[in-house]
Amino acid sequence: MQTQSLDGGFHNAPIEAAYAFRAVMRAMACPGTIVTLAGAEPPAPLSRAAGVVVLTLCDPETPVYLAPSRNTAAIRDWITFHTGAPLVAADRAAFGLGLWSELGQGGFPLGTAEYPDRSATLIVELPQLAAAGATLQGPGIETSAELSLPEIAAFQANARLFPRGLDYLFTCGDRLAGLPRTTKVR
Amino acid sequence: MYVAVKGGERAIDNAHAWLAEDRRGDPEVPELSVAQIREQMRLAVNRVMAEGSLYDPDLAALAIKQSRGDLIEAIFLIRAYRTTLPRFGGSRPVDTGTMACDRRISATFKDAPGGQVLGPTFDYTHRLLDFKLAAEGTVPPAPTADPLPETAPHIMGFLDREGLIQSEPEGPDTPPDLTRSPLELPAERALRLQALARGDEGFLLGLAYSTQRGYARNHAFVAELRIGTVAVEMDIPELGFAIEIGEMTLTECETVNQFTGSKTEPAQFTRGYGLVFGMSERKALSMALVDRALRWKELGEDDSGAPAQNAEFVLYHSDNIQATGFLEHIKLPHYVDFQSELELVRKLRAQTAAGGVTATATAAQDCETGS
Amino acid sequence: MSDYNFAYLDEQTKRMVRRAILKGLAIPGYQVPFASREMPMPYGWGTGGVQVTAGILTPDDCLKVIDQGADDTTNAVSIRRFFEKTAQVAVTEKTSLASVIQTRHRIPEEPLHDGQILVYQVPIPEPLRFLEPSEVETRKMHALEEYGLMQVKLYEDIARHGAIATAYAYPVKVEGRYVMDPSPIPKFDNPKLSMAAIQLFGAGREQRIYAIPPFTNVVSLDFEDFPFDPSKADHACDLCGASDSYLDELIIDDAGGRMFLCSDTDYCATRCAAGEVGAQRMTLTEGAA
Repeated sequence: MQTQSLDGGFHNAPIEAAYAFRAVMRAMACPGTIVTLAGAEPPAPLSRAAGVVVLTLCDPETPVYLAPSRNTAAIRDWITFHTGAPLVAADRAAFGLGLWSELGQGGFPLGTAEYPDRSATLIVELPQLAAAGATLQGPGIETSAELSLPEIAAFQANARLFPRGLDYLFTCGDRLAGLPRTTKVR
Repeated sequence: MYVAVKGGERAIDNAHAWLAEDRRGDPEVPELSVAQIREQMRLAVNRVMAEGSLYDPDLAALAIKQSRGDLIEAIFLIRAYRTTLPRFGGSRPVDTGTMACDRRISATFKDAPGGQVLGPTFDYTHRLLDFKLAAEGTVPPAPTADPLPETAPHIMGFLDREGLIQSEPEGPDTPPDLTRSPLELPAERALRLQALARGDEGFLLGLAYSTQRGYARNHAFVAELRIGTVAVEMDIPELGFAIEIGEMTLTECETVNQFTGSKTEPAQFTRGYGLVFGMSERKALSMALVDRALRWKELGEDDSGAPAQNAEFVLYHSDNIQATGFLEHIKLPHYVDFQSELELVRKLRAQTAAGGVTATATAAQDCETGS
Repeated sequence: MSDYNFAYLDEQTKRMVRRAILKGLAIPGYQVPFASREMPMPYGWGTGGVQVTAGILTPDDCLKVIDQGADDTTNAVSIRRFFEKTAQVAVTEKTSLASVIQTRHRIPEEPLHDGQILVYQVPIPEPLRFLEPSEVETRKMHALEEYGLMQVKLYEDIARHGAIATAYAYPVKVEGRYVMDPSPIPKFDNPKLSMAAIQLFGAGREQRIYAIPPFTNVVSLDFEDFPFDPSKADHACDLCGASDSYLDELIIDDAGGRMFLCSDTDYCATRCAAGEVGAQRMTLTEGAA
């Protein structure tokens, strides 16, 4: 393990994680809202926002899938050192981390009819993130919102699985937006 | 009067001060030390450790002192403390076969290797108040004998050798942990036993008794009841081997129950199992009987509808900290929900008095969700 | 209290609570199982709400705690103190100033705004529990969206009483899918469940967390010919004169004399400060002296 994997974590975990979670919660509760995260310096090419989400939500109880673009020695070591999360294949993952071209292929747990919460949350790294593009409607949105989603059909299909389905966190630099399975995308 | 509802803050402070004073009692009487409780109220300490799920006699004694002898309150203090402790790892399973027994009895065989050892038991005391204890006095030392052989084999092992007792499948490598993941049903036996081990002694006693009286009757023979100390070992990855980190007193009870069998399978006895921290004999026996009753499904028995057979009923109601909290919460204000019922009852009575609304058969053909 | 972590819970517990909250928000009205911890207060006294609040608090928050709508009931005082000690957060009694409000049995009268969070303490999260005691069975019913039992119960109410005989913890359907227990709030509060704030529900003893995101469609179950009726006592507040607030009923003398007061103490105090006067304000002020 290289020394850089020891760096870039939270300096004051209870406080930084608290702020980060509140931002992530707002993003998940209000789809289309873009929030800013701080506190982590993950190894490239992991975005800061994705790194903060990992530090805030992952631990030995949450298996993580790293898509090829994020499956580097530096990132693996960093996640292992800071969270202890086991790295697993997509079909066992509680969290998936990568580009849309990688994660959009599916293969993640979708939850069951009795336990729809047992589905993966995907952290999708996007080249840009803006409140423009696809139209979003559903819980958390007063009338409608817009978000620069990488595509539409996959999210429509995901919403049709409700109450099963995946939940998404889109990251770009230090910014993040959420898309739960309840959101109707046009 | 509206003012009386205010001032909750001062009321709480004053109540706490009064509580502290009351706990101490008459200051003319010497204060109890934690060590006195630990040594002289040992069975209370054991119960607090068992149901508090934390093996620490000093802390349990402190909790008993703080709770003024209310053992469920003491268990609560221990649980709340326990949940804040960091976890360094898991021990190896303790081997009760190597237990240094203080007590070891079997109701199924008159004698067996290792012998019958009564140990420090109330069993044959006549329950006559001993007024000598009211005065201070020293107790003459009990007679001693040579220690028992290193290990006394489990009686159950002899039945097992003959194939007379049902063998148990290997459990999971890492047993589920009731305190780290929510209870999920149906619960496997490892999880059930875990819940029973920390369950309320009185609740389990009542359930076990009910099985003896016919509610899921499974006549239990106590194959063995043993109490003694075992070593607790932990693997240290840095060392590459296990070291002994301490020892603890345990009570273990194995029962031989009603046999099963069919045309294809020869008759075999079945087991019930109880294992509890400390010297907690009544609890271990109760646990073994309830464990056995809960096994009806895996042993192909009928569900007689008895409470002790209903895993969901037993597991959701055996924890006295959950139970006492929810029971006692009815002391909290319920002005709002009571008021809403009050208004509803008044309204329904007014309607009846006015000969107003009565039900119509078409009232509710489908449940609309429009507001 | 430097012996304990920020907001009491250890970080691993907080992560577990936080993950449950996110899944709860993603599946509105669905009860997410979580490994509720033993808290230093009794089960049934708000341990679920306290764990949720501990999971979401930041040092910048301003916390309000109410029980029965009041900031000064003993258990509200106790929980507020707990977070003052363990999280050093600012506290308030003003609904509009609070960023997080933990509540038992009421939704504040003043509409909550975007950015606020309302945390409910929940005793029995399962709306079907008193109709079907088995968790295995009720879980199946939710999975299959099989809510016939609830319809039958409400129908029997009407057949027997001429009205739906549920006055509090009145079941709702969330976003057209899950039947949910809104906690024992009076049905008067049900229409407020579609709101701009995030609503989080914590049931500690029962190990469940559930949530309603802002602007979620929440409707009280009813029948076309027996529509939901969020009625309350037919009085105005004797202190501030409000006719639109939920009221506590007080017995004020041996003859059984009654007085009605806002259960939401902040709402009442704000109105009184603004000069609103109810029918018995003078009596009360004299009585207090």
